[in-house]
Amino acid sequence: MSLTLFEKIWQSHLILSGKSQPDLLYVDRIFLHERTGSFALKSLKDRGLRVKNPKHVFATMDHIVDTFPGRGDETLMPGGKKFIQTMRELANEFGITLFDINDPRHGISHLISAEQGIALPGNIVICPDSHTCTLGALGAIGWGVGSSDCEHALATSSLAGNKPKQMQIIFSGELNEGVNAKDMMLHLMEKYSVSGGAGYAIEFSGDTIDNLPLENRFTLCNMAVEFSAFTGIIAPDQKVFDYLKDRPYSPNKTWTETIDYWKSLHSDENAIFDKVIEIDASQIYPSVSWGLSPEQSIPIDGSIPNLHEISNPDKKEELESSLKYMGLKSGQSLMHLPIDAAFIGSCTNARLDDLRSAAKILKGNKVSGDVLAICTPASATVKRNAEKEGIDQIFKDAGFEWREPGCSLCFYAGGEGFLPEQRVITSTNRNFRGRQGPGVRSHLASPATVAASAIAGKITSSKEVMKK
Amino acid sequence: MNWSESFIAIAAPLLMDNVDTDQIIPSREMKTISKKGLRKGLFANWQYNYLDGKQIGKNDDFILNKKAFEDTKILVSGKNFGCGSSREHAVWALKDFGINVVVAKSFGRIFKNNCARNQLLTIELADEYIDHIGDLLVRGEIHNKITIDLKKQTLTTPENKIINYEVDPYLLGMLLKNQDFIDRSLSYEESIDEFVRKDKKIRPWAYL
Repeated sequence: MSLTLFEKIWQSHLILSGKSQPDLLYVDRIFLHERTGSFALKSLKDRGLRVKNPKHVFATMDHIVDTFPGRGDETLMPGGKKFIQTMRELANEFGITLFDINDPRHGISHLISAEQGIALPGNIVICPDSHTCTLGALGAIGWGVGSSDCEHALATSSLAGNKPKQMQIIFSGELNEGVNAKDMMLHLMEKYSVSGGAGYAIEFSGDTIDNLPLENRFTLCNMAVEFSAFTGIIAPDQKVFDYLKDRPYSPNKTWTETIDYWKSLHSDENAIFDKVIEIDASQIYPSVSWGLSPEQSIPIDGSIPNLHEISNPDKKEELESSLKYMGLKSGQSLMHLPIDAAFIGSCTNARLDDLRSAAKILKGNKVSGDVLAICTPASATVKRNAEKEGIDQIFKDAGFEWREPGCSLCFYAGGEGFLPEQRVITSTNRNFRGRQGPGVRSHLASPATVAASAIAGKITSSKEVMKK
Repeated sequence: MNWSESFIAIAAPLLMDNVDTDQIIPSREMKTISKKGLRKGLFANWQYNYLDGKQIGKNDDFILNKKAFEDTKILVSGKNFGCGSSREHAVWALKDFGINVVVAKSFGRIFKNNCARNQLLTIELADEYIDHIGDLLVRGEIHNKITIDLKKQTLTTPENKIINYEVDPYLLGMLLKNQDFIDRSLSYEESIDEFVRKDKKIRPWAYL
């Protein structure tokens, strides 16, 4: 029987399956962070349960910890310290490997699980975090869950679930200059809505994906959840194998046999997908979101939809409400809209390639006047590697703050954040109402677009800045 | 919650699509490592008025702040309710307010799962039913109550129209028997261990 890549992995992890109950699947790796992982461990402890296999469980501090240089357990977020300390105490108690705040391997969970060779092709990796799908770029099933399901996985090394439907998204052709995986996903959601992937596991394929650098593939899979998909996945190839070789937790001793197995991880030729979407890569342009959902995005030189052209009254009301919050007008263009802040960070777009693409634009330029510009590399390793290349100096010379890894500026948890009505161009994943702080107006874009806009002091494309 | 008996309760319309978990409870409202007291943060962007980012009292226009809806136990919403972040606090906050059922056109995957783990019933209905029920609730001419019968898998609208729905049989069983899903899987421990023994031979590289 022909299977998709996702189905192959699902099948190889099947412990039990029955007609009137969900499948029970083996879980290879569990990653925790202090925001939700602390809940799962605390609840496990309160029930008197143990962690079934602590060797396969890892933890980091990424959600609550501040990003200022010299940060520690104290946080600007009221009560944040308690989350951090609870995570640390319980990780110790249960014998879980913790990448603590000052550990050289520290960083955002979805980054370091790849960097350390913890998440591998053909694995099922779970984390109580919706962006776990990022790991699909390695050919793993990255399965985002809530705290209770995480607790289940900790106690049993398994998870119950119904197999999702299968979708294939084929990108063909060459990407335009300055287009990043972020633009690909904003384009996808603009066309097919944010609920377009609901109920499906999505395999990204096509020659555009084959040619896409691995770091961009992480960005692509990362935003599968914004498309409401179960997860996103890409068949692992030589780029993935090269990336994982000699990583601390990679199976380096059995490398050759392992690669043989990993090479079988692709959809069969006759595999049946319940839905196929084809996208012409040449039609994708650098994009920016204008509203309160990632689907409310447009090519950077396009215009916001005109309210007069929308007939559905509910849709119209939704757009009106988004426009009001964002301080924008129907039909307006985004190009040259003044900004107050620019942010490069998060699990979506703060890898080395992302920082390089921004540095190319920032080099020899200065951030405009009062624009607050911040960069938080996604992990300590990314930060060190960027510093080796002198990228930190380019950012600092341009007027960017060069900070420590963490997620905190992607969502406002009561500590670090932006101010009400500030317009922020951001390399993150969610432009929800109040996501980066009450009243904050977030515009999602690629790191290159964020860098270009920071220099111009207004939303602008990297092409325009490079011209000058 | 005793799901084997039908119950009638106030239902509040929140009819937009894509109500994400950041709206159900913003990150800034998840202040302690406790599931209790989260109702204060429920729909905080809408529950309160803000000045310069600071809360300045309740927003009287928000549906759940209205007198007629203070005992709401059922929410009615649009497409993709609970999309976005995996935070289970969204479910705990709804439960803390007293909401036991969300009826919507569709749900975010992780949110729906989190509801199941916390005895919060999610019911998916076709668009036209939601639009119709929403319309009745917004006009409020009859009354604002809905009856839920989980055993029969029916919902009765304010005008006494009965709508059938389907709940996953596994979940239905868990809710009716008030079963704990971790205990259930712990009872399969032998099968799990047997799987691991075999899998170690097939995928030795996956084991540390």
